[in-house]
Amino acid sequence: MLDYKGIMTDYASRKEGIIEAYHAVQKELNYLPKEAIKAAAEAFKIPEKEAYGVATFYSYFSVQPRGKYIIRICESAPCHIAGADEVVEALEQELGIKMGDTTPDLKFTLEFAQCVGQCQETPVITVNGKPYGGVTKDMVPRILAEYK
Amino acid sequence: MAQEMHIVLKNRDKINPLDINDYLAAGGYQSLVKARGMAQEEVIEEVKNSGLRGRGGAGFNTGLKWSFSYNIKSDEKYVICNADEGEPGTYKDRIIFESDPHIVLEGMAICGHAIGSKKGYIYCRGEYPQVVDLLKKAISQAKEKGVLGDFDIEVRMGAGAYVCGEESALIESILGQRGEPRFKPPFPPVSGLNWKPSIVNNVETFANIPAIIHKGAQWFTGIGAKSYPGTKLLSLTGDVKNRVCIEVPTDTTIRDVIFHFGGGMRNNGQFKAVQIGGTSGGFIPESLLDTPIDFDSMRKIGATLGTGAVFVMDQSRDIVDVVTRISKFFEHESCGKCNPCREGVFRCHEIMKKINKGLATEEDLEKIQLLCLVMEQTCLCGCGQAAPSPILTTLKHFQEEYEQKLLPA
Ligand SMILES: Cc1cc2nc3c(=O)[nH]c(=O)nc-3n(C[C@H](O)[C@H](O)[C@H](O)COP(=O)(O)O)c2cc1C
Ligand code: FES
Repeated sequence: MLDYKGIMTDYASRKEGIIEAYHAVQKELNYLPKEAIKAAAEAFKIPEKEAYGVATFYSYFSVQPRGKYIIRICESAPCHIAGADEVVEALEQELGIKMGDTTPDLKFTLEFAQCVGQCQETPVITVNGKPYGGVTKDMVPRILAEYK
Repeated sequence: MAQEMHIVLKNRDKINPLDINDYLAAGGYQSLVKARGMAQEEVIEEVKNSGLRGRGGAGFNTGLKWSFSYNIKSDEKYVICNADEGEPGTYKDRIIFESDPHIVLEGMAICGHAIGSKKGYIYCRGEYPQVVDLLKKAISQAKEKGVLGDFDIEVRMGAGAYVCGEESALIESILGQRGEPRFKPPFPPVSGLNWKPSIVNNVETFANIPAIIHKGAQWFTGIGAKSYPGTKLLSLTGDVKNRVCIEVPTDTTIRDVIFHFGGGMRNNGQFKAVQIGGTSGGFIPESLLDTPIDFDSMRKIGATLGTGAVFVMDQSRDIVDVVTRISKFFEHESCGKCNPCREGVFRCHEIMKKINKGLATEEDLEKIQLLCLVMEQTCLCGCGQAAPSPILTTLKHFQEEYEQKLLPA
């Protein structure tokens, strides 16, 4: 198990460090387990519900387990008109899961995202933060192959 | 024919953004040296007289904002760079950092001198981890060279929340809290981070400062539109041929942006509409394309310059469908703090979906308009106040597209 207490203490010298601490946990696990939130509440000396409130406010943080690779599909207007829906369909089909779900082998999670600031080439998806622009449904298998 | 003009992007593709020596060789940090040789009031006057207005959307006079913080005695003050860049269709702040990070650091340090602050923060959106790394490198190089003197800058990474671009929400987020906007006043220049005077400016705003100090206010006022001088970075998206980031004088017309700099429509399409300023901006029809892009001219036609995002749509696009998608964005991004926004964006999306599916009546159109007017007047922050704009402007300019989707009476 990850040393949540250690991570939290590292950041707790500044009371505002909780978001960075969450980023650090997610870098390892891709989500924030209950124990991590509990450890944060203790280290930052705030009620657990407040630590939970911060964790659930931001769309980058998840309190549910997620896959090793998080695929986010931008659904903002410029990507929408460029055919984001088709890419969603192709990803769902290729991975056999629906948006919001994780593959049973805990490898991939599919999530919607709002504009990721790469709209010079739409539609855009990101895999663990790495952007791919101008994605078509035919490109999907090739992109996934990079991570299989 | 209109030409680009590079003040903010003057070093784009000319220097290695990861090497401070390149920036120094191009005259970098000379403006900071100059500013530090000037009295604080003098720097503020220069910025004020340049007429530079915030590039993050609200268009407030930058020097005037700085003077509010300067005028307050406080043991601590903060300079905060807003790099949240959350408005869909906007990528110009990323381009600035990827081209020339030091120009922003220099602008922030000049502000620090002007208001009497030793501490800066850059709040960079979580979507840009590469930019966070680049900024950390740039800051450590600047510290090594000693060019920043005793002015310190730290980078904070957001975690995916549009509303955190709102300045008081951003401050809450830097403090490690939920990014919910504060009740105002007091405004951040008076009471911001840790309830101390704090200047929040957009990336592009800071990037304009070195040139203004170097060349003077008068030079700057001579560029572009009188009431909103200088240049503006625009990020082009959608059905325009060149989807690029450009920097043009603020008296450039929308038509030139799309048909000259943008190269016209993609795939020989016919122009239908353009939404400027991001997803909270108004839709603009063909008949208004000769409007200059500056803040006040855009306001006059019921639109906004906003972040400078330019989202172009051709005749094949379904306006109602696009606006339905936009209303989904606001439903997702409302922070939920105030009732008119929390409930309003939910109902807007609900009614838009109904219209888009062909299940709505004239009564629904009336309802959504009333709801939009209430939201504009009663929402706590700019998020809920601007969310109705795409709906209202398309109802005005593209009403027939709504009518076509209504149930037969
Ligand atoms: C919902 C919302 C989101 C905003 N997002 C941003 C943003 O991403 N970047 C930005 O610079 N300003 C954003 N703003 C505007 C800021 O509140 C603030 O006005 C701006 O950072 C001030 O800087 P400026 O005077 O240099 O424009 C946003 C405002 C609202 C209401
Ligand atoms: S709209 Fe999809 S990346 Fe910007």
